Amino acid sequence: MMTETAQRDETPVLAIKDLRIQIGGLDVVDGVSLRADRGRILAVVGESGCGKSLTALSILRLLPKAARIAEGRIELEGTDLAHLPEKDLEDIRGNQASIIFQEPIASLNPLMRVGAQVEEALRLHRGLSHAEAQREALAMLVSVGIPDPQRRARQYPFELSGGMCQRVMIAAALICRPRLLIADEPTTALDVTIQAQILDLMKRLRDEVGTSIIIITHDMGVVAEMADDVAVMYGGRVVERGPVDTIFAAPAHPYTHLLLATVPRLDGHRKSALRTIEGIVPGVDQWPKGCRFRSRCPLATDVCARRPSLDPVDATGHAAACWHKDRLREIA
Amino acid sequence: MTSATASAPLRQVGKPRRSITRWVPIILIAFFVLAAVFAPLLAPYDPNSQNLLGRMRPPGTMSRSFHYLLGSDELGRDLLTRLIYGARVSLFVAIASVILSGVVGVLLGMLAGYLRGWVELIVMRLVDVFLSIPAILLAIITVAVLGTGLVNVIVVLALTRWPRYARIAYGQTLSVANMPYVRLAAFMGASTPRVLLRHILPNIIGAVTVVATLEFGLMVLFEAGLSFLGLGVQPPTASWGAMLSSGRNYLATAWWIATFPGLCLFLLILAVNLIGDDLRDRFDPRSQ
Ligand SMILES: Nc1ncnc2c1ncn2[C@@H]1O[C@H](COP(=O)(O)OP(=O)(O)OP(=O)(O)O)[C@@H](O)[C@H]1O
Ligand code: SF4
Ligand SMILES: [Mg+2]
Repeated sequence: MMTETAQRDETPVLAIKDLRIQIGGLDVVDGVSLRADRGRILAVVGESGCGKSLTALSILRLLPKAARIAEGRIELEGTDLAHLPEKDLEDIRGNQASIIFQEPIASLNPLMRVGAQVEEALRLHRGLSHAEAQREALAMLVSVGIPDPQRRARQYPFELSGGMCQRVMIAAALICRPRLLIADEPTTALDVTIQAQILDLMKRLRDEVGTSIIIITHDMGVVAEMADDVAVMYGGRVVERGPVDTIFAAPAHPYTHLLLATVPRLDGHRKSALRTIEGIVPGVDQWPKGCRFRSRCPLATDVCARRPSLDPVDATGHAAACWHKDRLREIA
Repeated sequence: MTSATASAPLRQVGKPRRSITRWVPIILIAFFVLAAVFAPLLAPYDPNSQNLLGRMRPPGTMSRSFHYLLGSDELGRDLLTRLIYGARVSLFVAIASVILSGVVGVLLGMLAGYLRGWVELIVMRLVDVFLSIPAILLAIITVAVLGTGLVNVIVVLALTRWPRYARIAYGQTLSVANMPYVRLAAFMGASTPRVLLRHILPNIIGAVTVVATLEFGLMVLFEAGLSFLGLGVQPPTASWGAMLSSGRNYLATAWWIATFPGLCLFLLILAVNLIGDDLRDRFDPRSQ
């Protein structure tokens, strides 16, 4: 019953415990547990609709109105955000924990100069004067790699490119030096070269600012590039998690295995052709009982009608929820 | 720094005619405003002194001690003088009622669109009710309750016109409030007034300004209409609207009585609309 085998010394920056989120009575996120350790990057990966964004939004209690947290704890450095009064949350958002979204341009007020938007969190949370906030904002624009920050700060978002806007968003999110940065598909809307630059930037800031990062993505390439740890989600559940090297080298869950096989490999070592996982993700109301991957899993048997628990695979923190971890090599 | 100065002339290249359309209406309005403010200094005569022997004299004629530059009205009052004094009433009523109805309407509309729930229900139901009552009927009822007079005219106009602003502000707020940046600002701890004033208002002010300029012209005409019905500014106080409507009766015999106030109204409304266009462009940096 020890699910957290490899305890790291420190308490995690964020620990989500048995989170259940309901929309219209359905468990769209069902018993998710995650942890983000200090100074590390956790990638949450999975196909569209598996509940990544809801999980991410729930951390700062930003869920859409239709959704509610039915159960679970969300501990940011020991404080349970899931049950915190709304007033206290305002203190945390943008200050101790920040979030950035997929659409950088829509995330910026089109009628405010970008400099003022980077300052906003400082002025709200620190009560800094305009001059002080401005100085810090300029410094932050420099560290997110915006050239000529004096001039850029006085421009409006429409005068900046998408990648530049995302840099500004990152600057705004990190200006209060939060413990945790949540990035929901931060590079999906950007083209590939810019994407790599933004990922590099986030990795660098992780060290400079000392923030832990949770990055939501459906792209295994981003995981490989960025993450220290990875949690694979399917059907509103975490099906496998652990250090990224371990999971890439030896996935223990059929879904992860297939997901990795969809990544084109340059060395042509395995399949040279791009694969996709067969079948479609069932709708939220059509998930099978027991293991939710059952309707698409090549290894499924009768026992899979019972829900597998997320059990440790080894002592590194690697865990997977599957009845047939030992039969993985049977998948072609 | 160098590139900042370099980009400045670039912006102006696209709009060469802008300086003219920008300055002409401003000069016109400044002209009217100055006339209104300094009416006692500028007007050659007293606006209410009658000269029954010099009734309806054409422009440029003289009668007794009067020199009617723009002619005289049906009571022999100097038209130029009454135009200058009339600017006071017309401008004041229009500006005050646009501001009053605009502030009330935009505030209620933004609250309804941002807070939703019962605020939305009550405000938008009120808007429907107000818009379903004919404006003139509403005005008559209000005047019956409040009595006539300058301030009451403004209150009446604000009362009948705020739903226009509320409706546009509501619709615009609905679309802006769902933008990620507004939700982000709110979630980061910006208070409701701060979100409304800093993030939502600047994004809807363009649309509101366009409505307000149209409304301004309408307010001048409404005031004229109310005065015409005897519900507005009471005679002998001069207002362009009242002069226009009384001059209507003499259009065939003394064209100048209605024409000059009409021309003033036309120029004023045109100038305000041109400024409205310009403001809309300037409020939205994307169009620069
Ligand atoms: N506001 C909402 N109302 C109703 N259902 C919702 C809402 N938001 C999300 N859902 C449902 O919850 C499930 C999980 O959504 P979520 O956005 O977390 O997925 P995701 O993993 O982020 O997918 P994507 O990769 O497409 O962003 C989906 O099936 C979605 O249809
Ligand atoms: S539990 Fe069964 S259905 Fe689920 S992934 Fe494992 S083998 Fe497949
Ligand atoms: Mg998502």
